[in-house]
Amino acid sequence: MTDITKQSLTELVENIKNKKISSTDITKAFIERSEKSKELNAYITEDFTSALNKAKKFDQKPNLDLKLPGIPIAVKDLFCTKDVKTTAGSKILNNFVPTYESTVTENIWKEGAILLGKLNCDEFAMGSSNETSYFGNVQNPIDKDLVPGGSSGGSASAVAGQLTPITIGTDTGGSIRQPASFTGTVGLKPTYGSCSRYGIVAFASSLDQAGPMAQNVKDCALLQEVISTYDSKDSTSIDFRRNQYSKELSNNIKGKKIGIPKEYRVDGMPKEIEDLWQKGIQYVKDCGAETIDISLPHTSYALPTYYIVAPAEASSNLARYDGVKYGFRAKGENLIDMYEKTRSEGFGAEVQRRIMIGTYVLSSGYYDAYYLKAQKVRKLIKSDFDEAYKKVDAILTPSTPSSAFKIGEKTNDPVSMYLNDIFTVPVNLAGLPGISIPAGHDSKGYPLGLQIIGKAFDEQNILNIAFAMEEKINFKNNITDWWIK
Amino acid sequence: MSIDLKTIKHISKLSRISVDEKRAKKLADDLNSIFDFIEKLNKLKTDNVEPLTSVAETTLKLRPDEVKSKNIREQIVKNSPQDNEDYFVVPKVIE
Repeated sequence: MTDITKQSLTELVENIKNKKISSTDITKAFIERSEKSKELNAYITEDFTSALNKAKKFDQKPNLDLKLPGIPIAVKDLFCTKDVKTTAGSKILNNFVPTYESTVTENIWKEGAILLGKLNCDEFAMGSSNETSYFGNVQNPIDKDLVPGGSSGGSASAVAGQLTPITIGTDTGGSIRQPASFTGTVGLKPTYGSCSRYGIVAFASSLDQAGPMAQNVKDCALLQEVISTYDSKDSTSIDFRRNQYSKELSNNIKGKKIGIPKEYRVDGMPKEIEDLWQKGIQYVKDCGAETIDISLPHTSYALPTYYIVAPAEASSNLARYDGVKYGFRAKGENLIDMYEKTRSEGFGAEVQRRIMIGTYVLSSGYYDAYYLKAQKVRKLIKSDFDEAYKKVDAILTPSTPSSAFKIGEKTNDPVSMYLNDIFTVPVNLAGLPGISIPAGHDSKGYPLGLQIIGKAFDEQNILNIAFAMEEKINFKNNITDWWIK
Repeated sequence: MSIDLKTIKHISKLSRISVDEKRAKKLADDLNSIFDFIEKLNKLKTDNVEPLTSVAETTLKLRPDEVKSKNIREQIVKNSPQDNEDYFVVPKVIE
């Protein structure tokens, strides 16, 4: 049998079901590799002792009918996990131990999965490089001192580095798809309302979605099948017919119409990305699909719209961190002084910046000029997609305008950092599902991803297209284990 | 438009985040570069466009108003930064 940590989730599940391997074997293997991989800084909190106990308990009375039987999984530290510290990558939550469980994580434990630990992320999921985390930078397993992307950077690093067979991230403007693209992994941002937001530390409530990050499309489909459920505890959870995504996975995409939006050919995009996109177009054609040139005319307005809507919602959501009910509290001379010092010392620079942008655009006299304006443009962006989907079944674009960059390269210029999400943000604004799959390498040998965007609730279709393309692309991630001494 | 130090002070007060002079200057620079980028939206005419408040085109569901969590006082105050028994403690407000 191949090295345990090199196996895909699907293989591990199969081997457990065929009793070729125990949950304890698997859990031990991932713990050992995680222990050797501290340099990646992928974990904020390790829960290894407890994981091993749960694995042993599972093996005593294994329920092999479950979908994730005895599989250890580390998750982004944005999901509340009962009795296990949940920080959202922030100092202000450094001592927060939830007394309840998020629905999405509850779903995976119910199917037999075991918590390995909590993975590093940008503070409150605000960032594109994992550099805003209070718990330090995360290394990309692809190369030393390379960012893994963000905000689900620890999750991407842990999957690519094989510290966990699969993981769950969250995506508000690209936080699953961009790090997946930077690390040669697969990341799915589901339709808004597909996965419950209950128990996820909130960033921008009208945009946030949880989703799987995996080594391949089939694993991704399996986890999506488990985490996507209707939940009455999330008022925006939508009760629609959910597919058995992994069982219904098919590489037959003959006759599918795939839109190619000309507005995604942005100024200054490296030729390598354009070439990759052309290759992708060829691959879907080779699979029997048809490509159609389409227009999404308001694409270039998506990022400015996002940088009003997301900070506005964040400033409101993060008002709860006041040093009173939970989290960090600074000493102050009086109540107001305590609030102001707590938030000034507890939040990092990027989070403060976004709270301030949000406060400003919602403040008296500016609301119409900024927030209302952004909501109107958001409508136009969504209408672009609605129009396009009258002609096509899905849309193919690059995932990111560049490959992974060096740690520190973009920290001094917020706008250049924000541009990372230029291809992913429109999808969140329109509430659609999008998947990033690894599709090639640039001249430096760093992975590049392609994104497939679907109609709302059409996850099965984009998973199928991704599955068909994956076979043609035959991508191999070049992980040298450089961090293991 | 330009965000000056006075505006930064105002936003800082509204958002309850104390900002010293040195950081205020840096924040003003950052916010100005971000707002330069955001201003692009003004090029678009949106007079007759309905604002989009939610992408989920469903009406909110109603449910019976029942108490589902009982006796969770301990859980609620468990993470509170200052030790106490039944309530959250804040610095003295009334002398």
